[in-house]
Amino acid sequence: MASRLVVQEVVAGYGAVQVLHGVSLTVHEGETVILLGTNGNGKSTLLKCIMGLVRPAAGHIFLEVDGRRCDLVGRTPEEIVDLGVTLVPEGRRLFPKLSVEENLLLGAYRREARRDADTTLRYCFELFPVLAQRRRQLAGSLSGGEQQMLAIARALMSRPRFLLVDEPSVGLAPLLVRHVITQVKEMQQRYGLTVLMAEQNFHQATRIADRGYVLVEGRVVFEGASAAALGEHELVKKYYLGL
Amino acid sequence: MRVLRPLAAVVAAVLLAYLLTTVVHNRYYYFAAYVVLQYVVLATAWNILGGYTGYVNFGTAAFFALGAYTAVVLLKTWKAALLVMVVAGGAVAGLLGLGIGYLTLRLKGVYFSIATLALAVVLQTLIMNWDYVGGATGYYAIRPRTVPLFDDYVAFLFVVMVLLAALSLSVAWAIEHSRLGRGLAAIRDNEEAAECLGVPTLRLKLLATTLSGALMGMAGAPFPYFITYIEPASAFNLDYAVNSLAMPMIGGTASWLGPLVGAVLLGTAQQVATVTISSELNLLIVGVVLVAFVILAPEGLLGLVRRRQQRRPA
Repeated sequence: MASRLVVQEVVAGYGAVQVLHGVSLTVHEGETVILLGTNGNGKSTLLKCIMGLVRPAAGHIFLEVDGRRCDLVGRTPEEIVDLGVTLVPEGRRLFPKLSVEENLLLGAYRREARRDADTTLRYCFELFPVLAQRRRQLAGSLSGGEQQMLAIARALMSRPRFLLVDEPSVGLAPLLVRHVITQVKEMQQRYGLTVLMAEQNFHQATRIADRGYVLVEGRVVFEGASAAALGEHELVKKYYLGL
Repeated sequence: MRVLRPLAAVVAAVLLAYLLTTVVHNRYYYFAAYVVLQYVVLATAWNILGGYTGYVNFGTAAFFALGAYTAVVLLKTWKAALLVMVVAGGAVAGLLGLGIGYLTLRLKGVYFSIATLALAVVLQTLIMNWDYVGGATGYYAIRPRTVPLFDDYVAFLFVVMVLLAALSLSVAWAIEHSRLGRGLAAIRDNEEAAECLGVPTLRLKLLATTLSGALMGMAGAPFPYFITYIEPASAFNLDYAVNSLAMPMIGGTASWLGPLVGAVLLGTAQQVATVTISSELNLLIVGVVLVAFVILAPEGLLGLVRRRQQRRPA
């Protein structure tokens, strides 16, 4: 039953620019792990590599389910979604001209998820009642916070076991950041999800995190075994806490 | 149920068109209606890729002419029946569409459009230098003297085009009312997000380009018989690209009805202008109307109507 997501020595980039220089990390089932790092250190690129949107030049990424290893490198995003991994992309990336409900149903495009789409839709509306109220409204007309909720709910529609979340706090008011992060935690507990979240808001992210990694210039410079340990590291103090 | 409704509409449209040919005998109307209907097919086909999926194709003429020249080859080599020409024209143009679909892997937005425009130029040059189909001088397609059930071959061509128009509208309707339509809309709105959710973007795009290309090729296949003398300049006319893009924009790209409305209005206006003033005016009409719509009604006539309706109950 135990499953984990393993990233081993991944090297990746865009054309001539190398972004990741051998990143390794592991996320165990049921954990909430955060990726800390300021802009341009490779957090999004790493998540895109896991999702199959960027192909690593070297290294391994695999899921281990019941001791069986399943490589993700070389697979298409569709196949990776089928394996139970979904990404909530940075900047929400909704379908602005489609309704809230259509956005959600697109989250359940894969066959496995489609079968339970009605049930999952009901769950999503329970978790985010505001989306139920606005189900016929165009996604582009929602407020920033509502859009982020929709982006998370849409990812949930694919019934993932591993949820990758890329900077959910971008562009949100401080009060909403707290709210959204709390909802990520709620979802994680409710569905037994395994969460890997890239985030810059240290205080909010560590509130829900079990562990974390600090990424600087495409390398993991520190691995915090607990949220408290993260706060004590010098780099984190320097970059995030202003100490 | 779902398949039956559009199928019934196709059969009804063809029967109605046939009945019309037994009543109206003035050939001019069939010539004019053929051209308008041909634009219904082209505009609907364009909209499957341009409107639903968001990839603007400037190479309608390439697909249309490929259908027409496939027909010429079949006609010259085997004296094939029109139905065979239509199916083969659709198949060959559909293959070209499939190729264009792979282009979308590397080219997006305006770069994709430029590539499709270039495709039309390259294909035209190839045909101009292919003597078997007449090269730059062209080819005379002699119509069969008789056709069963019809007194006049032009009336027959008109009914064939009614069939193709009804068929392509049904295809568009079916796409809109299916998961495929929602997947294509996701690609149009945000391709990367669609990919993140496991929407098989490449497969859907290939399906859209192939279908769109095939329908355009089918519209082109009866063209040699219609015009009787076909040469590259007329088969690859820029009018096809401009019209098939402008018509859905004027009608509204969001629904299958848009290209139909746009093609009927603009196509008819062009026919009237051709008779009363000059066919030279046609592109000017399109240009002026298109500019007006982009400024005043960017969502086309249907968008305008919808906004009216939404405002009323409030």
